[in-house]
Amino acid sequence: MNAQSTPITEPSFQWEGYAARISTAARPLYWSIRRELWENRYLYMAPLAAGAVFLSGVMVNMIAMRRRIAASSDYAAQVQGLLSSRYELLAGLMMATALILSIFYCLDALYGERRDRSILFWKSLPVSDVTAVISKLSIPVLVLPLLGFGITLATEYLMLLVSSAIFAGSGVSITGLWTQASVLRIPLIWLYHLVTVHGLWYAPLYAWLLLVSAWAPRAPFMWALLPPFVICGVEKLAFNTSYFLNLLQYRFMGSRSMQSHDHAQDFMASLLPHHFFSNPDLWTGLVVAAVFLFAAVRMRRSRGPI
Amino acid sequence: MSCIEARGLRKAFGTTVALDGIDLRVEEGRIVGIIGPNGAGKTTALNAMLGLIPYQGELRVLGRDPWKERDLLMRDVCFIADVAVLPRWIKVSQALDFVAGVHPRFDRAKAEDFLAKTSISLERRVKHLSKGMVAQLHLALIMAIDARLLVLDEPTLGLDILFRKQFYDSLLNDYFDRSRTIIVTTHQVEELQHILTDLLFIERGRVVLSCSMDEVESRYMEVTVNPDQVAAARTLKPIYERQVFGRTILMFDRVERGRLMQLGEVRTPNIADLFVAVMENQARVAQGAAI
Repeated sequence: MNAQSTPITEPSFQWEGYAARISTAARPLYWSIRRELWENRYLYMAPLAAGAVFLSGVMVNMIAMRRRIAASSDYAAQVQGLLSSRYELLAGLMMATALILSIFYCLDALYGERRDRSILFWKSLPVSDVTAVISKLSIPVLVLPLLGFGITLATEYLMLLVSSAIFAGSGVSITGLWTQASVLRIPLIWLYHLVTVHGLWYAPLYAWLLLVSAWAPRAPFMWALLPPFVICGVEKLAFNTSYFLNLLQYRFMGSRSMQSHDHAQDFMASLLPHHFFSNPDLWTGLVVAAVFLFAAVRMRRSRGPI
Repeated sequence: MSCIEARGLRKAFGTTVALDGIDLRVEEGRIVGIIGPNGAGKTTALNAMLGLIPYQGELRVLGRDPWKERDLLMRDVCFIADVAVLPRWIKVSQALDFVAGVHPRFDRAKAEDFLAKTSISLERRVKHLSKGMVAQLHLALIMAIDARLLVLDEPTLGLDILFRKQFYDSLLNDYFDRSRTIIVTTHQVEELQHILTDLLFIERGRVVLSCSMDEVESRYMEVTVNPDQVAAARTLKPIYERQVFGRTILMFDRVERGRLMQLGEVRTPNIADLFVAVMENQARVAQGAAI
C-alpha cells in the first residue's frame, strides 16, 4: 500500500494524479534545498564577497589607469582589452570560489548533521534519505553554478557601468565600451561551461565527498584524501605506474597531460557539445557518481548521530 | 490493526545484545510508558520502531516496516529524541517553514498559537534559546502535526520541574485525544504515573512486565503492615519488602485485597516502587535459577 498515491477513480483525472504525485515528491526536495541555503549562508555570501572585492579592485585599478588610457590613441581597444581580461579573471575567480565551496560543503553536508545530532530531527520528518542526499548534491551541481553565474553576470554589468562612469568622468567617449563589450555574448558559453564541467564532469568528485561525509566517523577531510593517496602509493610501489594519479588529474583538469602546451585549446575543444557528450569518460564518471550516491543514501539511512 | 506489533525483535551491536527477542503489541489510543534501567534497551527499541536502525525479527508500526519505509511512516509518526536535536542554526520561523513545507499534516497556525503562549520569538535562532524553550519549540512543532503515533524518548531530560509539568500538561490537554498513541520513556517515572495507560518494563533487552495501569491497580498492592502482623504477612509471599521509618511495607502480586486489609493499610504502589520491586524480583529469580 502506498499512501503517497492518490486514489484515482476516473481516468480523465489521471494527469492530475501524476501532477499531485510530482508535487508531493518535489516539495520536500525544494524545502530541503532551501534548508541547505539557510544553514550554509556562506554558499552565497562567499561568491557575493568575491564579486564585491573584485569590483572594488577593478575600480581602483581603472581610476589609476584612466588618464594613461584616455591619452592613448586607441583607447577603445585598450579599454576593451582591459575589460575582457578582467572578465576572464572574474570568471576564473568565481569558478575557483564555487569549486572550493563545493568541496567543503560536500564534506560537511552529511557529517555535520550527525555531529550536531540534528539528523534525528531531519529523520523525524517525512523526507526520504534519497531526497536528503539529492538535495545536498544539487548544491554543488546546480545551485552553486547558477549562483556563480548570476553573481558573475551582475558583477560584469556593474563593472561595465562603473568603468563607463569612470571613463565618462575623464572625458572619453564610452559608447565603444558598450557596443564592443563581449560581456553580452559570454554568458551562454559561461553557463554551458558551468553546467557541463561543474555539474556533470565533477559529479563523481562531489558524490565521493558526500559518501565520505555520510560515512566518516570523524575527520571527513582526512578520509576523503586517504584512499586516493593509498591507491596512488600502492600502485606506484607495486607496479611502478601512476594510472590512478593520471585518472584523478584528468578528472580535475579535464586533460590527460598537463605538459602539453596547447592544453588550453585542447581543453576548450573538448568542451564542445559533440566532444563533451560523446566522451565515454563523462558517462563512466556519471555511473561512478551514481554508485557513490547510492552508497551515500544507504549510509545516511543507517548512520545515527556521533 | 494495532499501532505497534513486534515479535522476536532483536538487535545486537557487535557482541552486545541490546534487544533480546521483544514481543510487544500496542493498540491505538494508549499511552505506554517504557521504563527500564540505563542500558536496558529502551532507546534501541524506540529507534527500531522509528526506522533509525535495522533489526532482526518482525516489527510493524502502523502496518509498515519502519526500516524500509521510514519516510512514509513519518507522515503518521512524530518523535522527540532524548537529546536536543533541533539544529542550532535554525530560526524558529525557518523551522516552521520547513516542517510546513515537507509535512502534509502540519498545521502551522496551531504551532504559532502554541508558540504565542511562550516567550519564544519567531526571529530567534535555536542556539539563542534556553533548553526549556527548545523543548517548547519542539513540542509546538510536534503537536501541530496530526500524527497517529508520538514517540518521546526522555523528552524532558534536563528541564526543570515547571517545564516538565507544563510539557506533560500540554501533551495531555492539547494533544492526546484517545485516537492517538503515545509511547514515552523517562526516568522521572512518578511524573507519568497519572498519564500512562500501559506500562512496559524492560531490562537487558527483555520485557519483564507488560500490563495496563488498570491491571497494575488490580494486581499489585502495597501494604504498610502493622508491626505485630509482619510474620503473618510474609507467609503470603510478598514480592518485595522495604522498611520506611521503622515500618515494614510489603508488596504483593495477585493477593486478595480482603486478606491484605486485615494486615494494614492497603494502596496501589507507585510506578517507581513497582519498578524496583519487579526488577529486584527479576534479579532474585535469575539468581535462583543459577543456583
